[in-house]
This record gives sequence, C-alpha cells and structure tokens, in this order.
Amino acid sequence: MEQLRWLPEAGDWRARLRAIAAADDAWAAAIPLANTRLDFVRTNAVDEVVRKRHAAAPPPCIGTKPVRLAILGASTLAHLHAGIRVAGLRRNIHIATYENDYGQYLQELLDAESALHGFKPNAVLFAFDAYHLTQGLHAALSADDVDAALEDVAGRIEKCWSLAKDAFACPVMQQTVLDVFPALLGNNEHRLPGSRSRFVARLNERLRARADALGVDLVALDDAARRDGLAVWHDPALWHRSKQEVRPALSPSYGELVARLIAARQGRSYKCLVLDLDNTLWGGVIGDDGLDGIVLGQGSPLGEGFTAVQEFAKDLARRGIILAVSSKNDHANAMEPFEKHPEMVLRPADIAAFRANWQDKASNIRAIAQDLNIGLDSLVFLDDNPFERNLVREELPMVAVPEVPDDDPALVPGVLADAGYFESLGVTAEDRERTAQYQENRARDQLRASATDMEGYLRALEMRMVWSRFDTVGQQRVVQLINKTNQFNLTTRRHTDDDIAAIMADPKSFGLQIRLADRFGDNGIIAIVIGRMLEPGSVTIDTWLMSCRVLGRQVEPTTLNLVAAQARALGAHRLIGEYFPTKKNGMVRDHYVKLGFTRIAEAADGSNTNVLDLTSFEPAPTFIHVVEGSSP
Amino acid sequence: MTDSTDIYAALTEIFNDVFMADDMKLTPTLSARDVAGWDSFKQIEILVAVEARFGIKLNTKEIDALKNVGDLADVIAKKTA
Repeated sequence: MEQLRWLPEAGDWRARLRAIAAADDAWAAAIPLANTRLDFVRTNAVDEVVRKRHAAAPPPCIGTKPVRLAILGASTLAHLHAGIRVAGLRRNIHIATYENDYGQYLQELLDAESALHGFKPNAVLFAFDAYHLTQGLHAALSADDVDAALEDVAGRIEKCWSLAKDAFACPVMQQTVLDVFPALLGNNEHRLPGSRSRFVARLNERLRARADALGVDLVALDDAARRDGLAVWHDPALWHRSKQEVRPALSPSYGELVARLIAARQGRSYKCLVLDLDNTLWGGVIGDDGLDGIVLGQGSPLGEGFTAVQEFAKDLARRGIILAVSSKNDHANAMEPFEKHPEMVLRPADIAAFRANWQDKASNIRAIAQDLNIGLDSLVFLDDNPFERNLVREELPMVAVPEVPDDDPALVPGVLADAGYFESLGVTAEDRERTAQYQENRARDQLRASATDMEGYLRALEMRMVWSRFDTVGQQRVVQLINKTNQFNLTTRRHTDDDIAAIMADPKSFGLQIRLADRFGDNGIIAIVIGRMLEPGSVTIDTWLMSCRVLGRQVEPTTLNLVAAQARALGAHRLIGEYFPTKKNGMVRDHYVKLGFTRIAEAADGSNTNVLDLTSFEPAPTFIHVVEGSSP
Repeated sequence: MTDSTDIYAALTEIFNDVFMADDMKLTPTLSARDVAGWDSFKQIEILVAVEARFGIKLNTKEIDALKNVGDLADVIAKKTA
C-alpha cells in the first residue's frame, strides 16, 4: 500500500493545514485532515503542526488511552515516527514516541537509568532491520551452523520481549523481517542453508509461533512487502545512504500498520460493515433492472467482481464482523436477490440489520447502529456512489467511509483489506458465532413481541447463567471485552493480559467470566466482574462490565448475587462499588443504587462510590438459573 | 515536463509544502545553507516529493552530486526529457 488509497483526497490542503494551526483545539481540528490521503511530506506537516500544541501530552477529554510508544531497533527509524503519530491521530489516539540511541536498544532495555526507562513506555515496538539480524551469515555456512544462528537470533529477540514486558508490563509488538536479500541459488533457494533470504523466511516463521505463545503482536512487514512488492517498501540505495530500511515514502503506511494494532489493543477496531446494494453488491439497479437484469456471478467479468466483493464480506462475517445493509430501494425489491438470485453469496441470514427505504443514508446508518446496539464509530460504510459517501462523511464523521477505486468491484476487497478497519488480534469462539447471535436476538425480539408481559417473556427465555473464575482458556476474550466495552462499564479500567494473569494469581481477588445461554442459543461471555479485597472485610469492585445486548434480562441482579457470594467467601462483610464517568458510560451512573447499594460519596466530576452491607444482603430472586462451569 | 519554468513552479510547491511556507523563492543557486531548517531530514522529504511528483528515481550518484536547486532542476529536466 504505497498510498492510503482508501482515504479521500484532501482538497485545499494548505488552507486546511493553516486552519488547524489557528484552531482552538488543534487536535480535534486535525483529525479530519489526518483522515485524508496524506503522503510522506503532508504527514510530516500535520504532525509538526499538531505537535506544536500537543507534543508531550494529549489534549484533555480525548476519551482514548494515550500511548507512549518506544520504538527500538538498530537502524534509522526517525522517519517513521510521524507516520505512526498521525495514524494515531487518525483514530483519535495520542501517541508519543521514543527511539533508542543508535544501536543501543539492548543497553537501554537493561539499564533502569536509561532514557528509555525514563520515557515510561506503555507500548514497545521492536523494529529490527534484516541486516542487523543476519550479521555474520554467509553462503558457505553449514546447515548446522545456520540452525544454531537461527536459535541464537530468535532467542535474542525473545529476550528483548521479556526484558520489555518485565520492565514496562505493557503490550509488545514485533516487526517481522523484510527479506531484502537477493537470491543466490534461485528458484530452489531453500537448498542453500546459508542463504540470508531463506534465513529471514525461517526467522519470520519462528517469530510467528513464538509471538503467539508469548502474547506479542506482529507488525507484518513481510506480508505487506509480499503483497506490494519489496521495492515499494525497501530501497537498497536508501539503506546504503541513510540506513533507512523502510522507504520514507512508506512512513504513512508503516504508521497505519502500527496504529491499527494499537487501536485494536484498545478495542477500537471497527465491528460492522454496512453495505450499499446497487452497484456495490451487484451491477445495475434492482428496482429498474429486476432480478434477471442485475449483473452478478459467473459468466461476466463485472459480475464475478461483485461476487468477489460478496465473498470477501461473507468471510469477514465468518470471522466476526457484522454485516448490515443500507440501500435506497423498496424493501421487497432490495430483499429479492438475497432470497432468490442463484448467484448471491450473501443471504438474508448473513445480514444482521437490513435498512432498505427512501430515507437518507445517514439516518439509516444511525438506525443500524441502534438496531445492533453498537457505536457509530464501529461502522464502516461501503458505497459506490460518491454523493452518498460524502453525505455520510459530512453527517457522521465517526463512520469510516472508504473510497471505492475506479468503479471496479474487483478492487474493492483489496482496498477494504488495506484500510485495516477490522484489524483483530485473534479470533474467539464468540467472533465466529456473531452472526448467529444476531439471528438469535431476532428470535428473542419476536418472543418478546408475542409475550404479554415482561415476566412471561423472561420466564419463557429459560435463561442459564454459566460462570467461572478467569482461566487461561477464556483469557483472550476477557481482555478483548475489557478493552472494548465502553457503555456498560463502571470503571473503564483497561486491563492487559498481564493484569489478568496477576488477578488470577492473587488469592485476595476474584475475576468472574459470565456467560448467558437461553432457549435460542448461547450469548457467549456477556459480563466480567473483578473484585479485590483492598482492606480486610471489604471487597471493592474493580471492574464490572456487561454486553448491552443482554440489557433488561435480569443479568445485573443475578450477577450481584454471584459477586456477593464470592466476596463473602473471601470473608468480606461489605462491597464497594465505584462509578467513573466517561463520554460513553452514562447509562450505568446509578447502577449500584439501582441494585440496593447506598451512595456514600459523589464527586464533582460525576463519579460516585456506593456500599452494600453483605451481612444483611439477601440475594434477589430472578428468572435466571445459575450454574458454575465454562460451557453453556 | 522538461520546461524549466514548469519544473521551478513544481519545485516551489514542493518546497512550500516541505518548509510549510507560502512564499519560497527558488533560484538555481539556492542551497541548504540559505534555508533555515533544511537538514538531512528535509532533504529526504524534498527528494521523496520530487520522485513522486515527476515519476522519476534519482540514483546514488545523482543525489551525491546535488549542491543546489539548480542541480536538482537540471537532473529533473534530464530524467524527464
């Protein structure tokens, strides 16, 4: 991705840059400009203007976790900082960067007095160049020598990971290695043990396995170069001139790769793809051309292009991305291909929210977010029509709206993938079942509509709450939920993998992962509570979060019954519940009072503290059957 | 685009972008000594922008031989001829 081709052109670039410099809130003013197709020079310019105002500290009320990123390597990396920082700005994430003194990454990691330690990073990126990692290798080495070298290099990298984790207890990222080396044998290069090119391939394979085992995230430079061509990312002449392994022109793209990982760690990846229909999922206009007239499927190059778009969307859905439809059409017309066209890949069951009507698209996209109970800032809107794209960008700047290249559907999957909207750190069982869950929700809605009263509905759901303490199996999902739940989240504490491991090991704490199943299916893990006995006899609820899709189903009082029992088992006679306000969690301000806690403090910023006397607490009766276990 | 006026017009835009100015006056003898902030980093920005703008690639010898804006304009003219 030589260019950020999914982003629109900036228009009057210089005027917009000047406006940022003059704005009261330079940060907020710069975000729209960061979301245009910036090249290297313009990326640096935006960075410079914003840094004049917000170099060290983020603006107040930014609403995301500020990142202090240490970039560690053995060659020139200075040209990549602005790309990373501006890619953060694009996502409203403030990133301060640090780079080790030339070649001194190991010394700085080891020395607690070093500038690196002084910087106090909360994220570390290892960006080792291929030349550094293959020092001493040559074509005459035996297979045994090369095997030993691979062990040595992989071991040294792992040592860096553990040094960083021990020192900073923060997420670690590792750039995979660019294969910058010309082949010596040729097609069968793998038969030459001492080939540096082969060594890089083997090292990357090793890094992938070890990164998964040790909880390190990869910046897959090797994949990017394989897709784009090595010459896009690396210029040997520049390496010899200035020891820049990644070409400066690729700084914006490199920054994207890093910032989308950082955003994913903060749970700020997009969750839902909203699709237009006519000339986006098929060629032609269904209302005019009819079922037989639209272009889709085998036999026509254009039709196969649209099939490819649908297949890409379907695969996204299979790995956890929600699909929705927003189309200016009569509902029946819009639905017809999904139900009847033999070449359709997407079927009604694949679409979680379907809005086909004659209202403007911004209103429909708002309605889709409401239907699905997710934030507008987790939607991506795909539409071939530039007018609709611009309208949505204007009305709903938090919705991502990719450019669609050259009116050719064949290019759309590549652009969507390059844009990295749906960057995910892994796939959980819940991700795979997400579409089914939305289907089950529809069945629940129908039951609710047919039940005459709330009690009858809740009883008819036949709910089971299945809970267990945190365990290594569920850990990935627990961390994912802790970092992406914004609305029903009392404290919004973003715990890391390491924090969760510490809670599991602490006898005075408990972490509960709670599933909810009913007659329509399993909702997966829908709530997480962490309690800590901070003083004898008193358990403080460090974290209480819940998925909004189970609101109104008595999960809250049932969860409290569970938490009270756990706290009593630790010997506590009271529970403390705190609420800290954010932009998004106003719905749970009075959560504890509603559950029978007594408010004992309220601060000017809107936070409050509440207490529950466990000696007199009686569990509330609910329609949810509670069992301990880990599967529904 | 080999016309010298066009090359200078394009270079002026590039220099304005790189140095975040509106009014750079480019002359053949202008060099890094004359412009505040024209360091090795800005030099790379200029070269990246020139290569993208003119669709050319400067080789190591050509870059090493650059002493001022005139040299840059000459090499652009040669490579776009």
